[in-house]
Amino acid sequence: MNGKKEIIIAGGAVGIISVLLVYFGNPANMGFCIACFLRDIAGGIGLHRADVVQYIRPEIIGLVLGAFFISLKNKEFQTKGGSSPFTRFILGIAVMIGALIFLGCPLRMVLRLGGGDLNALFGIAGFVAGIYVGVIFLNKGFSLKRSYNITKIEGYIFPAVNAGALILLIAAPAFIFFSEKGPGSMHAPIVISLAAGLIVGALAQKTRLCMVGGTRDMILFKDMYLLSGFIAILVFSFIGNFAFGFFKLGFAEQPIAHTDSLWNFLGMAVVGWGSVLLGGCPLRQLILSGEGNTDSVITVTGMLVGAAISHNFGLASSAAGVTSNGKVAVFICFVFLGIVSYWNSESLIKKSSSEGLSKADAE
Amino acid sequence: MKIIDTCGMSCPQPVLMTKKSLEENPEGLDIIVDNNTAKGNVERFLKSAGYTASITEKVDTFLIEARK
Repeated sequence: MNGKKEIIIAGGAVGIISVLLVYFGNPANMGFCIACFLRDIAGGIGLHRADVVQYIRPEIIGLVLGAFFISLKNKEFQTKGGSSPFTRFILGIAVMIGALIFLGCPLRMVLRLGGGDLNALFGIAGFVAGIYVGVIFLNKGFSLKRSYNITKIEGYIFPAVNAGALILLIAAPAFIFFSEKGPGSMHAPIVISLAAGLIVGALAQKTRLCMVGGTRDMILFKDMYLLSGFIAILVFSFIGNFAFGFFKLGFAEQPIAHTDSLWNFLGMAVVGWGSVLLGGCPLRQLILSGEGNTDSVITVTGMLVGAAISHNFGLASSAAGVTSNGKVAVFICFVFLGIVSYWNSESLIKKSSSEGLSKADAE
Repeated sequence: MKIIDTCGMSCPQPVLMTKKSLEENPEGLDIIVDNNTAKGNVERFLKSAGYTASITEKVDTFLIEARK
């Protein structure tokens, strides 16, 4: 299960499936994008009214349910929670704000590069820098503390909510918003999107695929396992894009992207840093949500709210570039990340009153 | 043998805790983990650090015995 070959195959499958989703109708370089898709869902249920990004993305539902079913089958479903839930909720918001500054989660960042969008290089540089900062705090004893076993039903609720979302998508009642133009209107047929989500959800659950974990484990332990999945996605999406004639090298006029290098860097730095603190990238949070980890459910909920905030407050970037509100938000995110990192790092706050608790955790 | 409990910790803390404790106790360590991901990660780390890892399944947890 933990073989490098498996994760390379899984990464390869994610790369190819992503290109196929574009072929079947998803926006370019957006076969999968956890941030964009959660943002579309936030729009679909009316949490924001940006009419170009509203759709209930079946890929998300598939990812959660795929992870849910495979974890039940493998007896890995464990309902857990209680590890600093509200901190995680706000971290989810911050990660989403950062991702919508760049215009993509770490997975789409790799898919963008695989499609020839060189702006993603600045994203990756920022992502690695953010991870590096997060790792510094991990080495200083950063922890959001333990989660605990809780009642099984708590873990079943999120998969059930996703099944409910699928019903809303199919039934399409009047209160659900569906974009008529823009990225939200571009999507593969429901069955294909759902199947893609289920397959990738199962693969990601089995292999623990995580975009932030790759770089983090490489820095911390010189461990290549997760990074090989990251690289496989890049290589195979490149091959797929080339095969389908989607590959377009350059900076200018890339699909759903802007060319502001500094803010591409800073947006993904927020995502990298925040994801290290959370213990996994947005994709991984979704998979864990399906496995019964309610701390990840809280994180995903935070990302959903973060998407609504991003569009309601005019923080999200567009092809036209970054907004000034967005720049202020990135600054606030960095301050927040700094405070969370500092106050949860054991060796930095030794004299604080929580010493007894921290010591007990370290034992 | 020193024993550390990594139950409920997010990635990559079980491995980090193992790494730190092994620096203080290079002869070996017992590690309790509560999920397959942490088990796999700790096991992989121990192998790369030159330790053998024998794993016993308990109720809801695993005991990993790391030895030089």
